Amino acid sequence: MSMPTLPASKAKRGRTDAGSTYSFKNEKKSLADTVMPLLLFLCAAVSILTTIGIVVTLLTETYHFFREIPIFEFLTGRKWSPLIPPVSYGILPLLSGTLLITVIACIVAIPIGLASAIYLSEYAPSSVRRVVKPILEVLAGVPTIVYGYFALTLVTPLLREIFPQMGVFNALSAGIVVGIMIIPMVCSLSEDAMSAVPRSLRDGAYALGATRLEVALRIVVPAAFSGIVASAVLAFSRAIGETMIVTVAAGSTPKLTANPLESIQTMTAYIVQVSLGDTPRGSLEYGSIFAVGMTLFVITFLLNILAQYVARRFREEY
Amino acid sequence: MQTLIEISNLNLYYSSVHALKNVSLSIPEKAITAFIGPSGCGKSTLLRTMNRMNDMIPGTRIEGKLTIGGTDIYSNEVDVETLRKKVGMVFQQPNPFPKSIYDNIAYGPRLHGIRNKKQLDEIVESSLRAAALWDEVKDHLKRSALSISGGQQQRLCIARALAVNPDILLMDEATSALDPISTLKIEELTQELKNRYTIVMVTHNMHQAARVSDQTAFFLNGEVVEHADTEKLFSNPSDQRTEDYISGRFG
Ligand SMILES: Nc1ncnc2c1ncn2[C@@H]1O[C@H](COP(=O)(O)OP(=O)(O)OP(=O)(O)O)[C@@H](O)[C@H]1O
Ligand SMILES: [Mg+2]
Repeated sequence: MSMPTLPASKAKRGRTDAGSTYSFKNEKKSLADTVMPLLLFLCAAVSILTTIGIVVTLLTETYHFFREIPIFEFLTGRKWSPLIPPVSYGILPLLSGTLLITVIACIVAIPIGLASAIYLSEYAPSSVRRVVKPILEVLAGVPTIVYGYFALTLVTPLLREIFPQMGVFNALSAGIVVGIMIIPMVCSLSEDAMSAVPRSLRDGAYALGATRLEVALRIVVPAAFSGIVASAVLAFSRAIGETMIVTVAAGSTPKLTANPLESIQTMTAYIVQVSLGDTPRGSLEYGSIFAVGMTLFVITFLLNILAQYVARRFREEY
Repeated sequence: MQTLIEISNLNLYYSSVHALKNVSLSIPEKAITAFIGPSGCGKSTLLRTMNRMNDMIPGTRIEGKLTIGGTDIYSNEVDVETLRKKVGMVFQQPNPFPKSIYDNIAYGPRLHGIRNKKQLDEIVESSLRAAALWDEVKDHLKRSALSISGGQQQRLCIARALAVNPDILLMDEATSALDPISTLKIEELTQELKNRYTIVMVTHNMHQAARVSDQTAFFLNGEVVEHADTEKLFSNPSDQRTEDYISGRFG
């Protein structure tokens, strides 16, 4: 479209491309510049393909399972008994087990994590913060099986001093320890969100005569709210997905109960149980772990969407 | 004019930095006192000693005496929060809270225990009027304070400071981030406010100091070189360094 004007302007400048004294050719473009993007793309493709593979496997196996067991029965059944006849695949007991653990874990982790985050970000001298933050990161890296034994050999015996009627395997101990496990994550993420709140907002509030606590609770927490919610939801999904602790300490009795003193089974623990056994491929029981896995996947997926919505809805921009 | 703030032999150290050296200064009531001087000479530091905002900087040490209305504000009986309620502050960058315009103004009064809706409404209106912002925002008090212009935000911050009913207003280069028209508005505003409040302002703009203040103090390297009526300081400075500075020979 601009073609007709081009020759004229060239003529005006009295210089053609051939006679240009400027060269914009890249002289140092090497093989790496051509190959690297391809290599990087391949690396990215690996993880994308894996994800697709997981989803496809999950979907096909789940589909086969739901041809045998109606999805409605699966979602609303109050009895999970894949081995002992009468065989029944109602996921509610596993779901309630998972929920029980998750709720206990969040009751432990969110208040403690948030309180420590407030302490670290608003009260602690920078020397303390410099020491504690890396420790938190290390704690987040402790293998969960270690926490599982911590639950079984330390927390459960302690709890049984208080509740003598409680069994060796119980939701309470596992839930508390899952909570302890995710405290560092909640704390670290919330602290990041709170540290990101500009100093000037705090100064504005201090200058009005606010105390440290008032600044923390009425300025910093609201301003960092979306980050805090995100950390809480992440904690929630982490608790839902936690496997080793509940396998070791919560038992393997699917039970529709809200009593934390009882032995229960979570969705993840059920998957472990079946995976470890010699269940033949293609059997109904084998298929059930995919249906359970799919349920977990959907729940975490929905939680993530919820987290994003909440974070956006409550964002206080600064 | 009666003295409200009396500073005598004040020394302030940030860890090893000696930021204020033997500062003595009397600041008159219901007037505007301007602090001028080159960057890093301690103007903001001295301003922050008046509402004890320096307390929060680790490693700060302070010697000497600073009294407001006869009370030594660094004595043990003084409650810092009550002091800051009486000594408001406006910062260089407008820093409204990420809340509505209404909630920004009501933040201070709520902090100090006022819950009554009607009373809060009155405070919000009178503070916004006092900061010459009411007419511009009265129809959208529920809007985010971040949605208004920088100049309006700064007047909002002034209104927010006035809402807790202070006696003193500290302004640290409060117009330096604003356009000329907003600056002019705030300068006019200070002329109104000085009937009711004692204002201490830091400014890099010597014309501003000359235009709005009653008294001016010139700082250099943590010391007060000269403090006099503004008219005198600008027309007939008694110290050579003051003269060099106001005539633009350094700084
Ligand atoms: N938080 C702090 N920690 C250590 N030193 C500081 C701190 N704040 C200020 N100082 C030092 O104290 C001295 C006075 O600083 P101050 O901010 O009071 O200067 P100012 O006159 O307000 O400068 P400007 O005009 O640039 O705002 C400077 O040397 C500065 O480096
Ligand atoms: Mg300054």
